[in-house]
Amino acid sequence: MNNKEKKVLVIGVIGADVHAVGNKILYHAFTEAGFEVVNLGVMVSQEEYIAAAIESGADAIVISSLYGQGELDCRGMREKCDEAGLKGIPLLVGGNIVIGKQKFEDVEKRFKAMGFDRAFPPGTTPETTIEALHELLDTEGGNQ
Amino acid sequence: MSKVLLIDFGSTYTKLTAVDIGKEEILATAAAYTTVQTDINDGLNEGLKLLEQKTGKIKYDACYACSSAAGGLRMVTSGLVPELTGEAAKLASLGAGAKTVGVYAFELTEHDIEEIGKINPDIFLLVGGTDGGNTDCIIHNAKMLSKMNPKFPIVLAGNRTCASACERILKDCEVYTCPNVMPKFGTLQIEPTQKKIREIFLNRIIQAKGLSKVTNLLSDIMMPTPSAVLQAMELLANGHEDEIGIGELIAVDVGGATTDVYSIADGMPEHMNTVFKGLPEPYAKRTVEGDIGMRYSVQGIVDAQGIERICRLSGLSTEKALTLIEELKRNTDKLPNGDEELEALDFALASCAIDEAVTRHAGTISETYTMMGQTFVQEGKNLTKVKQIVVTGGSLIHTKRTEEIASHALYSQINPASLKPKSADVWVDKTYILAAMGLLSSYHPKTALRIMKKELKYHGYSK
Repeated sequence: MNNKEKKVLVIGVIGADVHAVGNKILYHAFTEAGFEVVNLGVMVSQEEYIAAAIESGADAIVISSLYGQGELDCRGMREKCDEAGLKGIPLLVGGNIVIGKQKFEDVEKRFKAMGFDRAFPPGTTPETTIEALHELLDTEGGNQ
Repeated sequence: MSKVLLIDFGSTYTKLTAVDIGKEEILATAAAYTTVQTDINDGLNEGLKLLEQKTGKIKYDACYACSSAAGGLRMVTSGLVPELTGEAAKLASLGAGAKTVGVYAFELTEHDIEEIGKINPDIFLLVGGTDGGNTDCIIHNAKMLSKMNPKFPIVLAGNRTCASACERILKDCEVYTCPNVMPKFGTLQIEPTQKKIREIFLNRIIQAKGLSKVTNLLSDIMMPTPSAVLQAMELLANGHEDEIGIGELIAVDVGGATTDVYSIADGMPEHMNTVFKGLPEPYAKRTVEGDIGMRYSVQGIVDAQGIERICRLSGLSTEKALTLIEELKRNTDKLPNGDEELEALDFALASCAIDEAVTRHAGTISETYTMMGQTFVQEGKNLTKVKQIVVTGGSLIHTKRTEEIASHALYSQINPASLKPKSADVWVDKTYILAAMGLLSSYHPKTALRIMKKELKYHGYSK
């Protein structure tokens, strides 16, 4: 339906997390890579991501979490998206999404079980995420 | 020097204000019953007669009018997400001086359409989606609206990607297309829509409401009364050229059926450690509380603030207060006229009305602890630094306790999250001139400002 030229991403830092720098870097990197980016900034609730995604007809939601509470904050996100009519919208998460030294494969498995399409470990470059986005959006075609 | 007549066609009264521009003073004011059902000229002629008794015969060089007669400008809005384009549509309508009689979000249902048909608004505002964003919802809603063959004009101000598609769907209706009220996420662009709403009000609504009969007397512009008041408040706050204003302010109009609150203030967070959430707030903002009013909506005050508080403030027993409130509902014209109990009750009701309406208008702040320490989250406007309050409405004018009532607009420790003004000076619109001065400000802003600064009675109040 949408005749938009660019794919739309909704990004932000979830929960009671005020880490603003990485969020700005991602905003610039994604914009540079040709995405239309709706940046919600820091301390974003699940509901805010969803509201912004509906209104902007987003193709994917990219969640950052730097303070270790990501797993708690992300719980139920996929179900809420389904409920709000965003069925199948790609959900990506990255940052320091859990506390302590845990094997990332386990962490990734848990986030995938929660309905996330991709989970990235600390130190992931924006390029990796951009690549993943192209992959997800081309093969699954976003939320059309 | 030139003399100007300003008319405010209200729902119950036609208020007239005669101004001498050269002397920068009000010659006289008068009020007469409005009779839109029969002929609006009756109310006007009656008012003119009263005015003439005070001033003698005057030849006016110009005559301007605003109107809230026949229910005012009744609007229905529909947006996508309630907190986003839904809210933007509501802000646009209220700021244009309309009364929102229906606010819808997401896809309109058959039931909604039936309801809208019954409401039969003066204007419908259809929005949804950021530019390049969601198109499904607004297209669906346009289709639903087209099915009901609406007789009312539709202002279309949604996602520009599908504006032409919506126009095609609504080709048999009166449609006005405006730029998107929310072109990008979190960006408001409501002025073009408000301008269009006022234009439609002028061209179409006035005729429908029998006001065209008086247009031969009028030299120019009609606008909705609240829009005139908002204009007056902006002028009073900002000043004009070398005539300074009184600075950021809030204004409260406690009426019989509704309570209007205006704020002319930036309202953004004060400190770096405060995160702002929600839509950006308009500098000049108007809200209307349809359930808060001294007579028709008296139950709303009781529901919102509780009968206990009303009893505490009035000193009446619960039984007595409830009996009197029932009486006010039946007898909406009833005034205290020296009745001490009723005076006490009106004092309590007006205090609660102001408290409730300003609390809803003002933003809130909440505290959270993060890994980085204490952080604050602000939603809505921060009015704590606003130092001026303008009040109007019968219950505040015809009482000796104006300042005491007005002080309920201020911050209180009972509700520490609310961002109401911390301390303020109170200005009272004793002669009901706000709307008139708003009208005058379109032509003689400096005169209007000087008159307001002179006429609004200053009551020092600090808390």
